[in-house]
Amino acid sequence: MRIPDFTLPSPVASLVGTLPATPPAWLLVQSLNHLLKKGILPADTGLLDGRCFMVAVKDAGLNLCFCCSNEAFRLAPAGAVPDLTLSANFADFLRMMLREEDPDTLFFNRKLSIEGDTELGLIVKNLLDSVDWSETPLARFMAV
Amino acid sequence: MTDTLKLPELVCPAGSLPALKAAIDHGADTVYLGLRNDTNARNFAGLNFDDKTAREGIRYARSRGRKILLAINTFAQGASTGRWRSALDQAADLGVDAVIVADLGLMEYAARHHPELRLHMSVQGSATNHHAINLARDLFGIRRAVLPRVLTLDQVRAVMDKTDIEIEVFGFGSLCVMVEGRCLLSSYATGESPNTHGACSPARFVRWEQGAGELKARLNGILIDQFVKDEAAGYPTLCKGRFQVGGETYYALEEPTSLNVMSMLPELIDIGVSAIKVEGRQRSPAYVAQVTRALREALDTAGRERHRFSVRPAWQQALNNVSEGRQETLGAYHRPWK
Ligand code: SF4
Repeated sequence: MRIPDFTLPSPVASLVGTLPATPPAWLLVQSLNHLLKKGILPADTGLLDGRCFMVAVKDAGLNLCFCCSNEAFRLAPAGAVPDLTLSANFADFLRMMLREEDPDTLFFNRKLSIEGDTELGLIVKNLLDSVDWSETPLARFMAV
Repeated sequence: MTDTLKLPELVCPAGSLPALKAAIDHGADTVYLGLRNDTNARNFAGLNFDDKTAREGIRYARSRGRKILLAINTFAQGASTGRWRSALDQAADLGVDAVIVADLGLMEYAARHHPELRLHMSVQGSATNHHAINLARDLFGIRRAVLPRVLTLDQVRAVMDKTDIEIEVFGFGSLCVMVEGRCLLSSYATGESPNTHGACSPARFVRWEQGAGELKARLNGILIDQFVKDEAAGYPTLCKGRFQVGGETYYALEEPTSLNVMSMLPELIDIGVSAIKVEGRQRSPAYVAQVTRALREALDTAGRERHRFSVRPAWQQALNNVSEGRQETLGAYHRPWK
């Protein structure tokens, strides 16, 4: 499966932008905690402890904010300032997650922007890279 | 030349177990890794292998008839040589096919304590001529030398004429132009550089600032480059920064480019290099898969077609796509004015 080039149409962004971002962020947090509990995310959460993240899906107009504390992910409290912000369009996040495209490649091509604590960004990237999906049901969606 | 000429080994990088598997699944003959500490030149948080993942990777490679090399290629620091020595002990214990070493003291240690461990001289060892290589062979029994990316094809050939040691050259990846990691530019700005701390421009000193139009790259507060909207960016290394020199701001040292020797594969096969190496242990499994696949096909095709060989657009495109700065160069291999 190759993800085609697409950008979400702007009505999506204006619509989604008016909805509260909590449900998608909540889903993300739940998924991360699930992966953590199953030991699939080989996380040394100590490196992430007390840090806040923002995933900005630009074409969807979504800003997903969450933090890591006491070995679990939680929704970011209101007003929390993210230590690391990753922004890209939905298709590029998908490519990155499914290992179709390397984050450095997207960064060089200016499709992914990384702001804040660069080292934290590297930790997160290396964490995602080291997940061995081959033993999970998601394996068949992965490009490599 | 006969058709039975041996193809060079394709040596690919891995910073994680999934990257290792991607390399093997896409046609690498050999994969090289590092441990999770400053004994290797890609010492980044969360990257590299611990004992468990290294063992699993070795098992994966062996069961498919491929090889694993371990890079212990930084220079042991005065007071703490123990860490480097235990990395060598660990390599012997893991049973890797060879270690890639730069430090002469470590080569001696390995030769004495682990005579069965195959030694490759790292590119960081900066052996640019046959005297240096043959000396390391005579003293420590090294079996292969990785040549720096500063040599031309004729120079590579000249080295090979005068040594019986296997020669490995770089085939693709980001360029480090200054004597392979011995450069101290990174220390100048941050106090840390590849051969002292295992990383050039360590991430904790890097800040990307997205302004209204341009993206600014700062290293320990020093502005080293800025990119206009949609302009291809690169790693924040000082050698690839833009500087003001004589009233002009430009890439005074090196452009952000990637080395790509695809078009030169028939010549490299002809002169008999033993291995072609891909840079990039810091990259993700997707990069490893894309680059390995393209180079595997190119190498096999070059072996078949010899001097009728031409680079296929699909391979070129795959490599262009992942390149730093979106430009490629034959680097020093081709210097028309030499
Ligand atoms: S600054 Fe450039 S030449 Fe110097 S070590 Fe870093 S990448 Fe290599």
